Amino acid sequence: MPYQPVKFYQTGTFTVGNRLLAPDERSVQSSRMRSNSINSGHRACQGCGEALGARYAIDAAMAASDGQLIAVNATGCLEVFSTPYPESSWQVPWIHSLFGNAPAVATGVAAAMKVKGRQEVRVVAQGGDGGTTDIGFGCLSGMFERNDDVLYICYDNEAYMNTGVQRSSATPPAARTATTMPVGPEPGNVFGQGKNVPEIAMAHGIPYVATATVADLRDLEYKVRKAMSMHGARYIQIFVPCPLGFGTASHDTIRIARLARETGMFPVFEAEHGEVTGVLKIRHKVAVEEYLQPQKRFAHLFGKHPHPETVARLQAIADRNIRKYGLLEKESD
Amino acid sequence: MLKQTEGSKAVAEAIALCRPEVICAYPISPQTHIVEALGEMVKSGELTPCEFINVESEFAAMSVAIGSSAAGARSYTATASQGLLFMVEAVYNAAGLGLPIVMTVANRAIGAPINIWNDHSDSLSQRDSGWMQLFAETNQEAVDLHIQAFRLAEELSMPVMVCMDGFILTHAFERVDIPSQEQVDSYLPPFDPRQVLDPAEPVSIGAMVGPEAFMEVKYLAHAKQMQALGLIQQLASEFRTTFGRDSGGLVRTYRADDAETMVVAMGSVLGTIKDTVDEMRDEGHKIGVLGITSYRPFPQREVRAALQNCKRFVVLEKSLAVGMGGIAATDVRMAVTGSGLKGFTAIAGLGGRAIPKASLHRLFREVEQEDLAPVTFLDLDRDAVNKQLEREKQTRRSGPIAENILYDKGISSTAKFG
Repeated sequence: MPYQPVKFYQTGTFTVGNRLLAPDERSVQSSRMRSNSINSGHRACQGCGEALGARYAIDAAMAASDGQLIAVNATGCLEVFSTPYPESSWQVPWIHSLFGNAPAVATGVAAAMKVKGRQEVRVVAQGGDGGTTDIGFGCLSGMFERNDDVLYICYDNEAYMNTGVQRSSATPPAARTATTMPVGPEPGNVFGQGKNVPEIAMAHGIPYVATATVADLRDLEYKVRKAMSMHGARYIQIFVPCPLGFGTASHDTIRIARLARETGMFPVFEAEHGEVTGVLKIRHKVAVEEYLQPQKRFAHLFGKHPHPETVARLQAIADRNIRKYGLLEKESD
Repeated sequence: MLKQTEGSKAVAEAIALCRPEVICAYPISPQTHIVEALGEMVKSGELTPCEFINVESEFAAMSVAIGSSAAGARSYTATASQGLLFMVEAVYNAAGLGLPIVMTVANRAIGAPINIWNDHSDSLSQRDSGWMQLFAETNQEAVDLHIQAFRLAEELSMPVMVCMDGFILTHAFERVDIPSQEQVDSYLPPFDPRQVLDPAEPVSIGAMVGPEAFMEVKYLAHAKQMQALGLIQQLASEFRTTFGRDSGGLVRTYRADDAETMVVAMGSVLGTIKDTVDEMRDEGHKIGVLGITSYRPFPQREVRAALQNCKRFVVLEKSLAVGMGGIAATDVRMAVTGSGLKGFTAIAGLGGRAIPKASLHRLFREVEQEDLAPVTFLDLDRDAVNKQLEREKQTRRSGPIAENILYDKGISSTAKFG
């Protein structure tokens, strides 16, 4: 067996081994008492960011609710790979209705719990970026506006991966998808205005909005726990790389997620009642090329016919995020 | 208790007596008065415990009901027309999941052209969705059918639409007997769901089903509707015992015993038809009526039995299968296959077009003489239609259809095209 050094700290992150922490500071996932809400045996791809994100998020929500949780799922990868009839990975009561109605179904579940006086039972709804930022957006906004007692989690892998990698409103500019092919003078996805759903959620003034990545799992657990400590409509968008859609190696999921944050492409922050209350700082700012180059969906920006001007536009987006949310530890860095 | 009240208000009171736990409301005419009244009852504390949720669309209304019903709460909503179409994906989903939601459909036409008045196009478009559909003839029956609908839905764990004619019933003030809470409680037990989301007993609802089991799941929905054929009759008979009046059931005949000509219809138009038939009976015509209360499940056997002694029948329906003819008529004809009966289809009352007795007298005499096309359109202005067809032949850019027809009929004074 090859020699493997034991690492207590992973360079460049705040990650710390659980063994160095006091028991009450350890992560939910490190506990033998974790609920394994989404159990092994499901059919996600190797290196699936969504499966990892869902496991951490729902286990954290289960821990926070003392096991009194009902999950609602939008149609999508998570739904398909977790419940191929007659099997189910879910160890929590779980319902899937449609692609675009998970927030409304969750509202219904929460209403039922309220009317039955079972308010200890908490409700989580979850979906991918397509189910959240596109087809489910109307229901999501309605659920926010009414401040229904639902935590909605969006697993954002920036395209419709389940149907074969088509563009969603969360797909970044220039990215290759099956409907934004890398051909013509401006290959890949268009530079639109973007659709920043965390900020749109904040504009509803809901109690809690946060973003997170699967590279910062303690931060993710903290945000789910924090969200679960509140009532009303809450929203967490988790960046979950998709090896298939991004064109990345299965073992690079965490690295890509970390680079998304460290470049500023995916700002990680939290907000209460519409005001940003905290950001996950970038300790060492990384140029966007480092994030883009390992991903085949951006391959057309490099290589024989590079598009440095497009890369520069993406860098400008990252820089704007960094400025806007104050993501750098020191502005002079 | 006898009351002079609006149809919508009466239905709202009936719903409240059924102790719904979650009501989702989205405004669309002509069902608005129902949810408005319920909203007020919840807000005032008269109806409790109940969550009244103002949602952002009909799609959300049905989706909230799916969530609340799956979590074990008796759930209700109401809609009509475009609203029903907007929620179609969730309508099918509720049936596929086997959730006993009850929904009022205040029947209204479907646009374009946009039209708020009554016909049956909306709910009939959902005849294959897996929902049961009960049609009310009067406001009293609308009240009674809602009470029966919750029992039917929850017994079979399948959703039920109670269809009542928009405006004609929903906005009509007439005498209605509103039952007491004790009566309804003795008829309708608390909701005891077959499947429920509960942390104490986790289940996965809505799993993906492939070719190996999909047919069976779908067939079960059919099997349940076949069961409903018996259950609907049983519930109607229990209803008579508890409430002391006949309401519901599968079909109802009127002066049919020796009828040579039968008129088949659904909903409030049965009233006008019965009046017309009374007048014709006085003149010696052997004509009778078959009213269909349960459109889904469709009571083929009962329809066949009701028609087997006549010589001919006409299905008068407020819906149109474009490119084909009648929707309900197709079902009725299927029920009498092989009987040799002569059947006619009369499309009538689309978009709220009045169905006056004079027109019915004319139509029924034509049916008696068997002197009409297999599919006819009651009181259709052929001139206006032909003018537009001619215009389209003459002019490539013939313009918006509705505007032209309004001009040709003298309702609008200018035609921009042709």
